[in-house]
Amino acid sequence: MSQANADIVIRAEKISMIYPGTIALNEVDYRVYRGKVNVIIGENGAGKSTLMKILAGVQQPSKGTIYLNDEAVVFQHTRDAAAKGIGMVHQELNLFGNLTVAENIFLGREKQRGLLPLDTAEQHRVTAELMARLDQDIAPSELLSNLKVGQQQLIEIAKALADEADVLILDEPTSALSKTEVELLFKVIRDLTAQGVSIIYISHRLEELMAIGDHITILRDGHFQSEAEVKDIDVPWIVREMLGSDPVSNFLKPGRKFGEPVLDVKNIKLINEMGHTLVDDVSMDVKSGEIVGVYGLMGAGRTELMECLLGLQEYSGDVDIAGQKVTAKMDTSDRIRLGICLVPEDRKKNGIFPISSVSNNMTISSLWRRLKHRFSIDEKAEAEAVTSAIGDLSIKVSSPDIEIRALSGGNQQKVVIGRTLLTSPKVLLLDEPTRGIDIGAKADVFNMMVTLSEQGIGVLFSTSDLKEIMAVSDRILVMSGGKLTANILRSEATESALVSASAQGL
Amino acid sequence: MKISQNMASQSSSVFSGESLLLLALKMRTFIALFLILAFFTFMVPGFLAASSVVIMVKHIAINAFLALGITFVIITAGIDLSIGAILGFCGMVAGWLITKGIVLPMFGIAIFPSVWLIVPIVLVIGGLIGAINGILITRYNVAPFICTLGTMYVVRGASMLLSGGETFTGLSGNAQLGNTGFELIGSAKLLGLPYAIWMMFILAGVIAYIAKRTQFGRHVFAIGDNEHSAELSGVKVRSVKVWVYTISGLCAAIAGIVVSSQLVASHPATGVSFEMNAIAAVVLGGTSLAGGRGTIMGTLIGAFVIGILADGLVMMGVSEFWQMVIKGVVIILAVIIDQKQSRLQHKAAIVQQK
Repeated sequence: MSQANADIVIRAEKISMIYPGTIALNEVDYRVYRGKVNVIIGENGAGKSTLMKILAGVQQPSKGTIYLNDEAVVFQHTRDAAAKGIGMVHQELNLFGNLTVAENIFLGREKQRGLLPLDTAEQHRVTAELMARLDQDIAPSELLSNLKVGQQQLIEIAKALADEADVLILDEPTSALSKTEVELLFKVIRDLTAQGVSIIYISHRLEELMAIGDHITILRDGHFQSEAEVKDIDVPWIVREMLGSDPVSNFLKPGRKFGEPVLDVKNIKLINEMGHTLVDDVSMDVKSGEIVGVYGLMGAGRTELMECLLGLQEYSGDVDIAGQKVTAKMDTSDRIRLGICLVPEDRKKNGIFPISSVSNNMTISSLWRRLKHRFSIDEKAEAEAVTSAIGDLSIKVSSPDIEIRALSGGNQQKVVIGRTLLTSPKVLLLDEPTRGIDIGAKADVFNMMVTLSEQGIGVLFSTSDLKEIMAVSDRILVMSGGKLTANILRSEATESALVSASAQGL
Repeated sequence: MKISQNMASQSSSVFSGESLLLLALKMRTFIALFLILAFFTFMVPGFLAASSVVIMVKHIAINAFLALGITFVIITAGIDLSIGAILGFCGMVAGWLITKGIVLPMFGIAIFPSVWLIVPIVLVIGGLIGAINGILITRYNVAPFICTLGTMYVVRGASMLLSGGETFTGLSGNAQLGNTGFELIGSAKLLGLPYAIWMMFILAGVIAYIAKRTQFGRHVFAIGDNEHSAELSGVKVRSVKVWVYTISGLCAAIAGIVVSSQLVASHPATGVSFEMNAIAAVVLGGTSLAGGRGTIMGTLIGAFVIGILADGLVMMGVSEFWQMVIKGVVIILAVIIDQKQSRLQHKAAIVQQK
């Protein structure tokens, strides 16, 4: 027993996490090997983040025990986990651009006694040591905002190491990094494992996992699925284990007919202020009645592509909407009138008007359609449109005058979709339309997309969920690093082909 | 069984009690207006006599012009501190045009425009100053507070410069120059009520119509609620904001014309800190400084509450210093009640939704 466990730093046994209504983790056994890169992977909602939050003390499991070096431990708080040497680097960086590197690393545990001034010299000394350990030439007094994103990521790692972390959890550390920055991170990871630090590595980029991982653990729907040594397996095996063999549900009836292209995009290119190419020479089309899914990882450029189409970004390239040429100076409202509309990704930030009524939320994009004498709002026509949209989309709402923030996420999303439909769009863009809504509402959203396409609307939607993309697309586009890396019919698509296309050029 | 019935009746009575409270909170500006009216009627003999009411409403009208104009600005989560200065400047421009005319030195003449021309010129100037605010705020990303603080100083300085700090007097014009009649705006009556009062109600009606029944009005509320969503929904955020500040400047110009016409003189320091009274009226009327929520009717009632409070306290003989204290307390109370209401309303909406 002890012989076998010598290499295992963390052993989690029968961990369950039960939320009201759902089970996020169901009796999961998990092992972390000492001095190795332990990769954990699974679809969205498989439970990886929950498991990691439990290990890092952010949440407490409903059931189960964690053994750290064969000793049962209970983490009430992230501080408990940190004290035992478990550090976590979250996907979103928790750093402050207006502070120096050293100040960031020591934030909340500054070297200071009583009323004496900060011991800056000591902080800088420790920071310099950490930088040396990470093999980085970064001055402790450098302002954080002067660092590149990749370097900032390393500062997060340094922060964890400053706590003498023995186990380091990295949550999708490469999602915002460029290729060279990823190389740098990998080098740091290898150095750390050589120093005996155990790494837990979460990522969706399978190619990356194959490159850096030693052990792989796969979760599926809250269950432990399988565990293997990376050297024994390949990408198709991972995809199979991740998605399972149950047939992907298909919302599309056979024999679907498409018309003329309603959206025709040629050579769209978007370069941001920092000089990064976010959308790289993308050309594609959507036909009337067709559902086109865009698959890609975070940062692949899907959102940016949609923002270009809607005129929210300054891009180069040609866009035709319903056969009409879109000029660069046409703003969002002009484009909406041409027949394109977007259901944005982040509903809270970009979708809803929280303290406005459901009715006002729904009609804000299409007020110009219902005017009397081209000036005043025709309130009767407005009320009729709202009532019929609420019925069509089966939105559960007691009255259209209620504030939208009182609705559930799924119903809010339906209201936002209703808003786009009232503009009578020819092309409907949906950016991650199922994010943050429950399974039932997801199926509703998919059925709605199919119904709309049958009415002749061209639908372009994006998702990072393989099952979703296979369930509801006539054609699948894959984006990676801003480029279009695949354009395949649903009938000819395989999951592993999509996965490898989504990792091209990374 | 009996217990459960009891519980049921209790919970329903609690709920109806809560919805009653919510209704009371929603109507709070009305209730406040009613209460202070009752209070002063009781305390000040002859408070509700027609003549004193008309004088009071005339005072209120000035603040109401400003408050109505700034309501849209505040609904977009902005602020306009320059309206008091615009009021003063517009009065000065009117006074200058009447007393000095448009001087053309190359021809050695001065043109004295008629009042029918002066009023539109002044309104356009007020609107333009507002538009400049809007352009600075949208195009150069200056925070509204700082931007309008800056224009407040610039415009106030400009009105001082116009006359070198002097007052323009004798705005009733000269019959020989054909520019008489300016003072009628402030003093003439229609059906027994001064023009200013009619103008206040008409302006309130127009602004309320814009708020409720036009695309522009909806867009204003949308921007205040969530600017990102508004942009994505096809609202021309920048242009709407420029218009919002333009309307604010225009209303300040109306107030400036009315004030200088009532006084038959224009003084460059007129309107100092008037913006604060206007903002207070808007907030009292239930418009949230965080944006997205507010009504025009509320603003009008808010202006009445502030005005009646001020005049009533004067009539009671309360010292000016205590008036300030009382006004401040009322404003803070109003905001506390507003917070309470918005929480209750949210809760009620969720209950209703379930």
